[in-house]
Amino acid sequence: MTVTLTEEQIDELGRELDAIRQRVVEDLGEDDRRYIYNVIKAQRAFEAGGRASLMLSALPPFWLLGTAALSLSKILDNMEIGHNVMHGQYDWMRDPALASKKFEWDTACPADQWRHSHNYMHHTYTNIVDKDRDIGYGILRMDPSQKWNPYYLGNPVWAFLLMTLFEYGVALHDLETENIISGKRKMSENRDLLRGIRRKVGRQVLKDYVLFPLLTGPQFVSTLTANATANLVRNLWAYSIIFCGHFPTGVATFTEEETENESRGQWYIRQMMGSANITGGNLFHIMSGNLSHQIEHHLFPDLPARRYREIAPDVRALCEKYGLPYNTGRFSKQIGSTWAKIFKLALPNRGGDTAPTPAVTVVPGLRDAA
Amino acid sequence: MDRYLELINPMLTVRELRAEVTRVERSTADSVTLTLRPTRQWRGFQAGQYVELSVDIDGVRRSRCFSPCCSQHRADGRIELTVKAHPEGLVSQWLYANAAPGLVVGLSQAGGNFHLPTPRPERILLISGGSGITPVLSMLRTLVDEGYRGELVFLHYSFTEADVAHLAELRDLAATHGNVRLVLAYTRQTEGGDLHGLFEETHLADSAPWYAEAQTYLCGPPGLMATIRAHYAAKGIEDALHTEEFTLPVFTPADGDATGQVRFGDTVVENSGATLLEQAEAAGLTPEYGCRMGICFTCTKVKTSGCTRNVRTGDLNRDPDTEVQLCISAPVGDVAIDI
Repeated sequence: MTVTLTEEQIDELGRELDAIRQRVVEDLGEDDRRYIYNVIKAQRAFEAGGRASLMLSALPPFWLLGTAALSLSKILDNMEIGHNVMHGQYDWMRDPALASKKFEWDTACPADQWRHSHNYMHHTYTNIVDKDRDIGYGILRMDPSQKWNPYYLGNPVWAFLLMTLFEYGVALHDLETENIISGKRKMSENRDLLRGIRRKVGRQVLKDYVLFPLLTGPQFVSTLTANATANLVRNLWAYSIIFCGHFPTGVATFTEEETENESRGQWYIRQMMGSANITGGNLFHIMSGNLSHQIEHHLFPDLPARRYREIAPDVRALCEKYGLPYNTGRFSKQIGSTWAKIFKLALPNRGGDTAPTPAVTVVPGLRDAA
Repeated sequence: MDRYLELINPMLTVRELRAEVTRVERSTADSVTLTLRPTRQWRGFQAGQYVELSVDIDGVRRSRCFSPCCSQHRADGRIELTVKAHPEGLVSQWLYANAAPGLVVGLSQAGGNFHLPTPRPERILLISGGSGITPVLSMLRTLVDEGYRGELVFLHYSFTEADVAHLAELRDLAATHGNVRLVLAYTRQTEGGDLHGLFEETHLADSAPWYAEAQTYLCGPPGLMATIRAHYAAKGIEDALHTEEFTLPVFTPADGDATGQVRFGDTVVENSGATLLEQAEAAGLTPEYGCRMGICFTCTKVKTSGCTRNVRTGDLNRDPDTEVQLCISAPVGDVAIDI
């Protein structure tokens, strides 16, 4: 679909969104601090409890309990804590323990590389084909304007592999492997990145697959399978939530040409139209790191994520006012349409190559006429 | 690691230095004296030095410097801070209203060059004004604990007698130690005390006639410090004067002005009014950056001093040693960035 707006309307929308942000910024305080520390406490308790329970991992009930607690710990650590803290959502607290630049998380991807590929590249150039490498992560065909080739016949297989090995997929993301194959990037540019990845992956493997299993003595194998399962559960969950954020049916993509010289209002519109929400209860939102409010997150990546829920009605009302779509739905619907897209795009487009349809047509308004 | 131990007890830390408030006294109407028990990382201090204390106020970590006023030889290793609730002091007001035994605060190791030399000078003049009493009181208590035999004068300026923190103890020290003389100067009270009115040269001659041959340690409000400094300079004895600035000048920017200098590490440029990132680049520096619109936090650097304005929200940030996003922060007056 294409929405037609005048420049004045877009500027006005930008101002209205700025006002929403300002309202939240002025209200930040003790409650937000208490909230994130409660989440951290819960995560620490799950981790300590899980690891303790796995000291008896040879007994199935303890294996199950420990694996579940550790899975929850890793999900909370990666999503509601790690992802959000590294976005600078809590930098206003000036608390060194929650400073975006110093935070490290329990996953294979080094935090500094994540901050580059995600906070900068993905959040600035959201859904611009050929610029936002989160469109298919360099290995999947997630948009009809990506040129088809026979490699993409394996699209569902590659997606399945990415899902199960998600933390390693994320870890290798900043290497831009697809650009090395196409010759746009030199292998030497990756030397430092590779060193960082090796160090981080090594540490993670040592922790989950050597040290903690060894600590449980003869139960080495059962603890190792428990840790591997916890990592897998986290991978499946993180992949699913993240794919629901940008790939369900109806999410728009953009070309480099149409996004050149974007105004703040246009940037906001791209963020809204390039993202999709998932409906759900309180616990679901927390476990998704509030990325179930991907639209609000992309508008204001640096606001504490617990605030997205409270501003969502206002954002949605603005979308209605300007005739913009607000993509939201149940988890099953969003993940279903994402997988449908993965299968559909394994095959070439029926009508040949297509460019993305412009999501918004900007028409000159009164300002230009005057 | 400290985040895990916190679950059990916030005072159980591996790396972080913290302190627990163990005692709270309100010695004057607008000040509060806290006794702190530091965690085991505390390396002690020298009388006259300061520590940085951090508390969370409305969710934001705020840090301010305070000078311990106890003896550096205190047997139980605790430190005592007297905090005056300044009308515009966010942290001091908060501590005055909220400090209670059991409160755990962030603490830094002691710092600063304002301390006594070893061996101790033969004659010492300690001068303080208002809440500047704390570092010199620490010096006095330390010298007494060391059994100091030299001549020692403690000259303190306050509005009235009721504003003198630790008055009873000061009188007691002077009464029980023949070499210690307490001189109280009141600027808004004409009776009692030893001297009245603002500082005059005769105050020095009256209380410590030998001051030109002694070492003087001075801490107080900017006006008092400037007058005394000028007097020592005029007499050519400024080397015998040691001072501690305990109030930072508060800068109030006018609208849209671009004044002062911006310091990026060793590079200094005239403030052009542009964002810090643009000014750094104009100066030939290449700080790391990303989105250039305030969302990715790649360009975050530590502002060591000065005031910056967030160009998106208009908010001013006056606190030293805080992180700022270079791409959306413009300097207001002199600013120093650690690049």
